[in-house]
Amino acid sequence: MNIDTVMVDYISQLSRLELEAEEKQDMAAQLGQVIAYMDVLNKLDTDGVEPMSHVFPVKNVLREDEVLPSQDRAELLSGSPVPDEEAFLTPKAVE
Amino acid sequence: MELTKLTALELGAAIKRGEVSVRQAVQAALDSISAQNKRLNAFLTVTGERALERAEQLQAGVKHAQSPLYGVPMALKDNICTKGVKTSCASKILGDFTPPYDADVVERLARAGAVSLGKLNMDEFAMGSTSETSFYGPVKNPWDLQRVPGGSSGGAAAAVAAGMGWYAIGSDTGGSIRQPASYCGVTGMKPTYGSVSRYGLIAYASSLDQIGPLCRDAADCAAILDALMGRDPKDSTSLDGPYGNLLHGLTGDVRGRTIGLPIQCFGDGLDSEVKAAVLAVADVLKARGAQVVELPFPVMEYVVPTYYIIAAAEASSNLSRFDGIKYGWRAEGCQGLGELYRKTRTQGFGSEVKRRILLGTFVLSSGYYDAYYKKALQAKAVIKEAFDRAFARCDLLLTPVAPATAPKLGESLSDPLQMYLSDVYTVSVNLAGLPGLSMPCGFDGKGLPIGAQLIGPHFGEGVLLNAAHAFQKDTDYHKRTPKGGEPA
Repeated sequence: MNIDTVMVDYISQLSRLELEAEEKQDMAAQLGQVIAYMDVLNKLDTDGVEPMSHVFPVKNVLREDEVLPSQDRAELLSGSPVPDEEAFLTPKAVE
Repeated sequence: MELTKLTALELGAAIKRGEVSVRQAVQAALDSISAQNKRLNAFLTVTGERALERAEQLQAGVKHAQSPLYGVPMALKDNICTKGVKTSCASKILGDFTPPYDADVVERLARAGAVSLGKLNMDEFAMGSTSETSFYGPVKNPWDLQRVPGGSSGGAAAAVAAGMGWYAIGSDTGGSIRQPASYCGVTGMKPTYGSVSRYGLIAYASSLDQIGPLCRDAADCAAILDALMGRDPKDSTSLDGPYGNLLHGLTGDVRGRTIGLPIQCFGDGLDSEVKAAVLAVADVLKARGAQVVELPFPVMEYVVPTYYIIAAAEASSNLSRFDGIKYGWRAEGCQGLGELYRKTRTQGFGSEVKRRILLGTFVLSSGYYDAYYKKALQAKAVIKEAFDRAFARCDLLLTPVAPATAPKLGESLSDPLQMYLSDVYTVSVNLAGLPGLSMPCGFDGKGLPIGAQLIGPHFGEGVLLNAAHAFQKDTDYHKRTPKGGEPA
């Protein structure tokens, strides 16, 4: 699998990242090298092997629906880069 | 008595007996930090005043203390949330992040009477094997200042090795506790996945991340794990288990235990001095009545690609939450929401983090998902099965932690693939959710520590700690301390 700058542009866009032209070249080369190495997995026969997400059998975790205090709103908002008493503020998102 | 040379349990006992006050212990650590941190860059934040206040509170309760770690000062890797204390993950994007809550492990340690000295440097978002990807500069190895301490919990390992605190809490996604423990000559352990709550640990790869201790010896490790382990309703992957008796279970008796040596872990690419030192561990345990068997582990060439595909995939998803909206750093002068996301993330993340986000995005993207991500999940099942087969024949496995001792600063940054490959002995343990322990087992010709890894089945912590304890009864590698970082 060859990684070119077109692919880097595509995955950068999906990742909400912007790379400089020179960075793109380097990233394409490095990712290409890493992904070429990962192709060693093609040697491993995995026909009929179930993909494993969890090493332990996972079951649904249920609990009683008790009302518990949630985090304090002012405390949660205090970390916002643009302070406000009621909401997280962002630039305008719809025209 | 030179306080900073004691183990955590020795200090805890001296505090309990009234021979040392909690304040004296805290002050000794703060003095050590003042004298060495400029050189080592292990601490990002030192909370000296808080620690001294806490010492006064704890001193009042010494007589009724239950925990063997009561009053013992320690420090936390900077990806573990601490209420009111900055938690940066060694990144720019979380440079000013002060969590409004404590991680579960922080609450558990507080109940055990711990005193936190501050937060420890690391690779940015725990992505790296050398602690050089930190936005706040690299950590230095206390054994040789020209060398890396390992990573990503490099600050934790360096702090413990240099006597800047009696133990540290790190996290391990692919070896991030065990490998720096090895490079710095301390004992460290990644426990069974699900045995320690991840609530409040800033996520890198959630299915692999696990919190654990870095400390002076196996007994300290057991005591710390007794304090850390337990089910937590706030972490839905946390498990019920046989918790709380690791320290009491330490006998040093390994008679009848079978130790497996995976043949493929001692082949090409392993430094000869490291190989000899690790094999010598088997001899020591054999002399104490254990049996040693060689066994095949034919999946070694697949572990690194499997790990990096899964870890990068999860990282790309986990790190999408850092967008400059709810907390952390925000880029200025942006027109619109899309630009705000892009500029904040582009300027806020370092290059290794970007590389892993992009790699993860690639392996999850339409058209490549089956060939990479799904294939890696299948390979993970095969790797887990290889461990199952090994543990049908033996109680624990002995392997190196890393192919060589600590490399020089700068050597790994230029070649990411080479850095990834150095994780070959540790990553499979995370993929299979197993406990893995790293302990000092010798020194190479340059005077650098060598580490041995013990791997056990799920909830096999007691077996591993007992074997490590047995080894440490007959050797003194874990008692040696660095002279100040000049090359030998």
